[in-house]
Amino acid sequence: MAYTSAAREQFRSTLKDVREAGLYKDERYICSEQGVEITVEYPRGSKPMKVLNFCANNYLGLSSHPDVVDAARKGLHDRGYGMSSVRFICGTQDLHNILEKSVAKFLGKEDAILFSSCFDANAAIFEVLFDEKDVLLNDRLIHASLIDGIRLCSAQRDSYKNADMAHLAKKLELWKTRARNICIVTDGVFSMDGILAPLDKIADLADEYGAMVLVDDSHATGFIGKTGRGTPEHFGVMDRIDIITTTLGKALGGASGGVVAGPREVTEMLRNRGRPYLFSNAVPPPIISAALRVIDLVSESTELRDKLEWNAKYFREKMEAAGFNLVPGQTPIVPVMFGDAKLANDMARELLGEGIYVIGFSHPVVPMGKARIRVQLSAAHEKEHIDKAVDAFIKVGKKLGVIR
Amino acid sequence: MSEDLKQKIIAYIREEYLEDDSMVLNENTPLISSGIVDSFSMVSLKMYLEEELGIKMTDEEASTEAFDTVNSILVLVGKKLAGKK
Repeated sequence: MAYTSAAREQFRSTLKDVREAGLYKDERYICSEQGVEITVEYPRGSKPMKVLNFCANNYLGLSSHPDVVDAARKGLHDRGYGMSSVRFICGTQDLHNILEKSVAKFLGKEDAILFSSCFDANAAIFEVLFDEKDVLLNDRLIHASLIDGIRLCSAQRDSYKNADMAHLAKKLELWKTRARNICIVTDGVFSMDGILAPLDKIADLADEYGAMVLVDDSHATGFIGKTGRGTPEHFGVMDRIDIITTTLGKALGGASGGVVAGPREVTEMLRNRGRPYLFSNAVPPPIISAALRVIDLVSESTELRDKLEWNAKYFREKMEAAGFNLVPGQTPIVPVMFGDAKLANDMARELLGEGIYVIGFSHPVVPMGKARIRVQLSAAHEKEHIDKAVDAFIKVGKKLGVIR
Repeated sequence: MSEDLKQKIIAYIREEYLEDDSMVLNENTPLISSGIVDSFSMVSLKMYLEEELGIKMTDEEASTEAFDTVNSILVLVGKKLAGKK
């Protein structure tokens, strides 16, 4: 034992700093299944209360969908609970392979490979494909997992302002003779603002400079684009984006699991050299079985993504009419802007009292002075749920002087 | 250290990092600790200085502390330039 009192004091002091900076993450306990109507125990120890959830990544409402739960149950019954192995030893069932092919087809790519999470997928990919002869050009608002993946890789790196194509062009010009491969790295939908990366323009620039494009489409797969194929479909560039990373942990059932979809050489490289793939367990059978059902559901019909689109549009219209300041956009991520961090947090707390579960986001998660509540719509929301949320926003907004 | 170099660095930071042209930026403005430049995209600034001045900085030298203000950058590049002569 060498967990000394000095170490304990050091960690406690850091935690005190985190609390004093208002950055301490206080978890709320949900005492029901994930969905629109949930039971939350908050503050901890208090009587659990029923609230409407407007902050989950449960975009298509599949987290507790009966078909998905049944498929998971069947997977558990037929193929067991866990694999007790990484994929290349004895952790690959035939269904892993079927799911990979099915996801690849859904995304319009040659092949796909599964990871435990999209964080793992993003942590794996750069180190495997790129080295110091290459350069990675990333949008400055990319997800933390892409940043960590880039950090793990020896490639040169540079960045461009969020969705700023003139800046990206300047960087491509700067690097065109200095690197073997150039790879542009972006999110498809930026999760804090709910805005889309202009993939059509990115694809044009990539063609002009012979660059690859990698898109993390975690906040888009299943619902952005006319048939839910994601941001590339929205911009009509499904065949011009080289690599897509995405998750099974949001719209596609919300459990866990990540995916890289792209050229076959890329997935083969990852199978052979991707460290998070080689050194962590295979995705368990119930998740594989449920994910196969999810891919069927989103391939068969656009009903859920159409309903989600309607819900997001309806919520935006009602909130704008009420006088709230929203980040304009077309996604089910709707940031309601308050500027001041205390105001955003007070709003969120009061809204919970009104039965609406949302969270305030402030610096450093979003830029200083741009504190907000990020509302996330779901296909599982009904019109009356949205009406109730808007009424609560109006009531609390008036009370706190945000709107008149 | 010349005023000219200071102004060049400020102009580069303004162009490369600032979204808002009206923002005040001078030699004492915190860059990294204020979030204007995040530690990840600091690499552009390092590359600009190396190319502009013909110097090379190790990752240890180009620390977030050394890059936190234009003044601290000037101290670092001053040392590197003196070492070159």
